[in-house]
Amino acid sequence: MDFAFLLETFLRLLPGVPLTLQLAFLSVAFGIALALPVALMRLSRIWPLVWTARAYVFVFRSTPLLVQIFLIYYGLGQFPELRYSALWPILREPYWCAIIALTLNTAAYGSEIVRGGVQSVPHGQIEAARACGMGGPLLFRRIVLPLAVRQALPAYGNEIILMVKATALASVITLMEITGLAAKLISETYRAIEVFIVAGAIYLAINYVITRIVHVLEHWLTPYLRPAPVPAASSRGEPA
Amino acid sequence: MNDFGLWNVFSFGPGGWGPAMAKATLMTLAVAITGFFVGAVIGALGAWAKISGSRAVRAAADGYTTVLRGIPDLLVIYLFYFGSSAVLTPLARFFGASGFFSLPAFLAGALAIGIVSGAYHTEVLRGAYWSVARGELEAAIAVGMSRSLAFRRIIVPLTLRYALPGLGNIWQLVLKESSLISVTGLVEILRQAQVGAGSTRQPFTFFLAAAILYLVISSVTGWATQRAESHFTRGLRRE
Repeated sequence: MDFAFLLETFLRLLPGVPLTLQLAFLSVAFGIALALPVALMRLSRIWPLVWTARAYVFVFRSTPLLVQIFLIYYGLGQFPELRYSALWPILREPYWCAIIALTLNTAAYGSEIVRGGVQSVPHGQIEAARACGMGGPLLFRRIVLPLAVRQALPAYGNEIILMVKATALASVITLMEITGLAAKLISETYRAIEVFIVAGAIYLAINYVITRIVHVLEHWLTPYLRPAPVPAASSRGEPA
Repeated sequence: MNDFGLWNVFSFGPGGWGPAMAKATLMTLAVAITGFFVGAVIGALGAWAKISGSRAVRAAADGYTTVLRGIPDLLVIYLFYFGSSAVLTPLARFFGASGFFSLPAFLAGALAIGIVSGAYHTEVLRGAYWSVARGELEAAIAVGMSRSLAFRRIIVPLTLRYALPGLGNIWQLVLKESSLISVTGLVEILRQAQVGAGSTRQPFTFFLAAAILYLVISSVTGWATQRAESHFTRGLRRE
């Protein structure tokens, strides 16, 4: 194996890391902000809201992300109304198109995770809160949401990993993140295997760090699941 | 530029894109089904390695599922499409041919999807195997079945039954992933939509049509897997 080439490849791919992280971070953050209202719509008993949320989730989960990216990046230019609107400076940019597509996509999956979390809150907890006189938004903020977050966190961790992987598709619309740089390097050097090893290792490292962060967060949020501190016991956390 | 005509994309009349889209749909199905079954074979081997392999074999299987689930699928497709030439061109030169050789886009794509989905298959099949009740196996031994007979008659059918929902999810994943193969130039739904978008200057119409086709395929197959699930679990007690 040619280590000099591997090192050179690593240095050539490294500039793509910030863009990958940016795309992943922004789309996950916007995605959560959108997933929460969609989940609440889905859980409300108002049928137009329920059906809007259901249709949104159905459409975005049943079509490939790449099609969604193309629809937004290439497709929207078909409408002159949009091309001459104030939104065009944003919709013209591949960067924002990628973030919009990734956000809409992850919010659809995320809303189902949040919904599962909210529905898993034991009824007794809600009854107890009501018995204490809580109601409406206060009950949601203090009881339902924290419990739902704990329940949903492992699944949301998976979704974040999937989003990091999904940012690779932004390379198809000219964004030079890790995969974009890797594809360019492959077509320059024809050494696909070496470039693949380096790019794959970078993604694995990113995802490993994210997994650890989610684990720490989970550990921190579930003190009641940890064994009581026993002297000289190992400090291993409970598996989820 | 003509008006927004979605019907034109699906039309089989003169100037319609119907035949091309239909052919592309068949290509998507072919590459997705091939990829799914390649993945199933890899998954069966992977699950077997994780369940009863030696420590080294288990570690290899763990490494495979960790790596393949941690890197983007697009990267794997690039590896197979471009990487195959790094292996095949010297091989072809060895046999006296000259020039540039790589796997055909279909094969590269189906293999890439198979390798990626194999990681998910491994986990689904392994989980399903462990949910087969141990009593069933004991009963099989008690009535005098040999190991291979018990495997064929008891373990495989029960494992598949428990794996069915997971396999349905993998199929949906594979179907959507097959769209990534468009980057290699294989004319499946998305690639055909790109071609149509380029020549008619109606990108939204064509990509919307592609989205509708994927939506229809995934709904129909989703409904079918749900039917299969309720068919094969009819012997199970439900609360």
